[in-house]
Amino acid sequence: MRLFLLIFGLAGLAQFFLPWWIITPVALAAGAALGRTGGRAFLAGFAGIGLGWLLVAGWEQAQNAGRLSHRVAQLIPLGGSGWALVVVTAIIGGLVGGLAALAGCWLRQAVLTPRQAPAAKPDQVLTH
Amino acid sequence: MWQWIKAILTTLLTLVLTWVLNTRQGELPPFGKFLSPFGGFWQTDAATNEFPAAQTLRLPGLQQPVQVRYDDRHVPHIFAQNDHDLYYAQGYLTAQDRLWQMDFIAHVAGGRLSEIVGPARLETDRFFRRMGLPYGARKSLDAAMQDPVVRTVLTSYSDGVNAYIGTLTPRTKPFEYKLLDYAPESWEPLKSALILKYMAFDLSGRSDDLRMSNALGKYGPAVVRDLFPDYPQREDPIVPTGTPLGFKPLPVPATPPSFQAAMSNKTPQNEPDAELGSNNFAVSGAKSASGFPLLANDPHLQLNLPSIWYQVQLAAPGVNVYGVSIPGTPLAIIGFNERVAWGVTNVAADVMDWYQLKFKDGSMREYWHDGRWKPVRRVVERIVVRGQPDRLDTVLYTHHGPIVYDHDEKPFLSQTPIRHAMRWTAHDAANEYLTFYRLNRAQNYADYTAALATYGSPAQNFIFADQQQNIAIWPNGSFPLKWKDQGKFILDGTDPAYDWQGWIPAAQNPHVKNPARGFVSSANQSSTGPDYPYYLNWSFGGWDRGHRINERLARMTGVTPDSLRMLQNDNFGINAQLVLPRLLSLVKPDQLSAAQRPAFEQLRRWNYYYEADAVGPTIFELWYGTLLKRLWDDDFGPAAGAGEMRPPSRDRSNTLLLTEPNSRWIDDRRTPARETLDQLVLQSLQFATDSLQRKFGPVGPEWRWAHQKSTDILHMAQLPGFGRMDLNVGGGAGIVNATSERNGPSWRMVVALGPRVQGYGVFPGGQSGNPGSVYYDDMIDTWSAGKLDELVFLRRPDEPNPRLQAAWTLQAAK
Repeated sequence: MRLFLLIFGLAGLAQFFLPWWIITPVALAAGAALGRTGGRAFLAGFAGIGLGWLLVAGWEQAQNAGRLSHRVAQLIPLGGSGWALVVVTAIIGGLVGGLAALAGCWLRQAVLTPRQAPAAKPDQVLTH
Repeated sequence: MWQWIKAILTTLLTLVLTWVLNTRQGELPPFGKFLSPFGGFWQTDAATNEFPAAQTLRLPGLQQPVQVRYDDRHVPHIFAQNDHDLYYAQGYLTAQDRLWQMDFIAHVAGGRLSEIVGPARLETDRFFRRMGLPYGARKSLDAAMQDPVVRTVLTSYSDGVNAYIGTLTPRTKPFEYKLLDYAPESWEPLKSALILKYMAFDLSGRSDDLRMSNALGKYGPAVVRDLFPDYPQREDPIVPTGTPLGFKPLPVPATPPSFQAAMSNKTPQNEPDAELGSNNFAVSGAKSASGFPLLANDPHLQLNLPSIWYQVQLAAPGVNVYGVSIPGTPLAIIGFNERVAWGVTNVAADVMDWYQLKFKDGSMREYWHDGRWKPVRRVVERIVVRGQPDRLDTVLYTHHGPIVYDHDEKPFLSQTPIRHAMRWTAHDAANEYLTFYRLNRAQNYADYTAALATYGSPAQNFIFADQQQNIAIWPNGSFPLKWKDQGKFILDGTDPAYDWQGWIPAAQNPHVKNPARGFVSSANQSSTGPDYPYYLNWSFGGWDRGHRINERLARMTGVTPDSLRMLQNDNFGINAQLVLPRLLSLVKPDQLSAAQRPAFEQLRRWNYYYEADAVGPTIFELWYGTLLKRLWDDDFGPAAGAGEMRPPSRDRSNTLLLTEPNSRWIDDRRTPARETLDQLVLQSLQFATDSLQRKFGPVGPEWRWAHQKSTDILHMAQLPGFGRMDLNVGGGAGIVNATSERNGPSWRMVVALGPRVQGYGVFPGGQSGNPGSVYYDDMIDTWSAGKLDELVFLRRPDEPNPRLQAAWTLQAAK
């Protein structure tokens, strides 16, 4: 939950000023800092970014009667449904956030986990 | 170790995914960047609603405060205190609504589309460069900028556009930039010039010279004289036959004794649609209910979104004009002020000719002209291609103009030394901006003719009416002084007698003022009767629309704006009225199957009106079109084996159908049997009814004309979901209401002059180019219904008017 809140808050803030791809380093760093298991890190990243995208896209969709999203949803194509486009938007953001948090979590685990094979015998590891 | 592998793989995957979603993939937008609700298209949607009813904008370079008011159709009414600020504000506010559109068209005309979309449009870019659009734009601009007044107009407009571009961020840039993933670049007056050249291409970029040369080569001069006569059988010219000239014509260059056209089997490609046309008409005060003249105009162009036109009111000391502008160019192109109204339709004068060249050798460095070898100028075009290295393309220029079709690319022609140079008025310098600058300010007939004098290309029928009871029309532009039929066929590029040798003096362009019949009109038909002393062209648009308009105007009395609106929406088919009775008389109903007979009965009852719900036009159009195709395809189609040829006109075909039942052209040469006209007519009808049956089932409401025609208004980039499809509208090609599948009245305007001028108008779209705005397409329903909006014409910036919704002030930035 802490990881989710951190990603949700930090990424939300950063995206108002920086390009969208800032979500990748933010979620990755947060995942590295707080991620405990891969699965939970992914979920926290997915939800942290996805919820932010869902809320903002949904707000715009509701505000503007979906005039533009209705058109974009024919272009994509999603049968002209602006709300479907909101969901797709959230999933795309969520995927990036989830993967980045997962990567961050696993990177930390790799750094922190003691090596299972002695460094002097790398050949053994590679041949098995 | 596994820990590391999965961590690194996941990190890589994350980075790759982020990169992919941030990058345009082929035709696909960068989905992450595009869909991000913080910076992507959702933000464009958000900006749409933020349209303040009152605000002060501080803009760099403004000299005095400018008042702007927006009406309920989102038309800006601009009140400035000098010319500079007026056109600066026009540039700023037009860009605010239409930046992507104007920038995009400037890219198309400049041969720079590949910069935006990549290698897929490389051939388009090569084409427009080889047609010399940038060359003509540069030449015209250099000439126009010599005039200090026009220089102010063009540079301040450009500064205004740039001031708007300066306010944009990646977050707020227009939708299409996000979709295509590129950034707006700064504007310059050259782009305005390119947009006008694009219009010139759209309206005068066609040529039948090659097709006619091929027909001449195949059938000889006697057949060509018979099937492609220099004046139609049925015509109702713009300047009526017998109109006094009022000038002493210049001597015309002599026809060279060697005149015989060259032949070629090369095919011009990428020509604009032949169905583009327009109507305009004006009636005198003697015919109107108010006692003052009325004027109407509806230019027919491709139906696109964002709309081709942008309405604007421009007021400053010395000018207060309302009209439509072309986004990307300053001034009003069609419109009215308190004293005068004017409009334009296209003149189909022959202003583009092709010259067959003789080169010294395969290197094409020199060509033979006037008894000596002359150097070819080589211009290297550098085409920037997105995602690929730049391409270089060399274009050869002779004194005639560029050699557009360079067939080195086609191996089967590589041994032929023949290349063609193009001569086109769009490459000549003229000051069209000054024409519109003066028209915007015109107070009377003398101002109007002075304005027309500097106009070059594309030639237009400028119609005019004023408060002092004058009506007039001038088919006007730069017209080369030609010998008869010069340019009907491909010309000999070695002999100076074939060159253009001067111009018809502007004051001697065709014109008629206050004719006795009490009206003037044009609908792209012949500019004059055969009594005009100069050769303009052998073939113009069909007579149908012009004749119908003249017929109705002649009968009208007590004309009101609504009478002219109704005339703009007239759906009567002159062609059907002329030929359908004859075609029906050639069919024996017992030869038709039970399924075909109801269609025949429908046609017998049809009143020739192309109404949306009528079934008659559906059957007749397919029948008549099939008939003409069957009539001419064997003789002028690919089967004839003489390269690309054009078939005889509708007018000539109708003469054959009506009076030449034994013509040699009726027989289909591809069959051993000898076909008769009756057979051809019957087979075409059967083909038409059978194919309609397959498409729509038995004769019924499914066969309605609007359904068959299916008028679509598409987004300029043809994006699905961004246009309006299948409009329920009547009319068609050759009908006064010239709404066909993709073309139609792009602006309908009616102006009632008088003590207090009142304009009416609508276009099939909206003022905003933002597809998320309600003003993107809010006028389409009014347009489809054939109605017009009352146009808000303000005398003062603070004039109260219930339809005004926003009041802005533009001020100099500190």
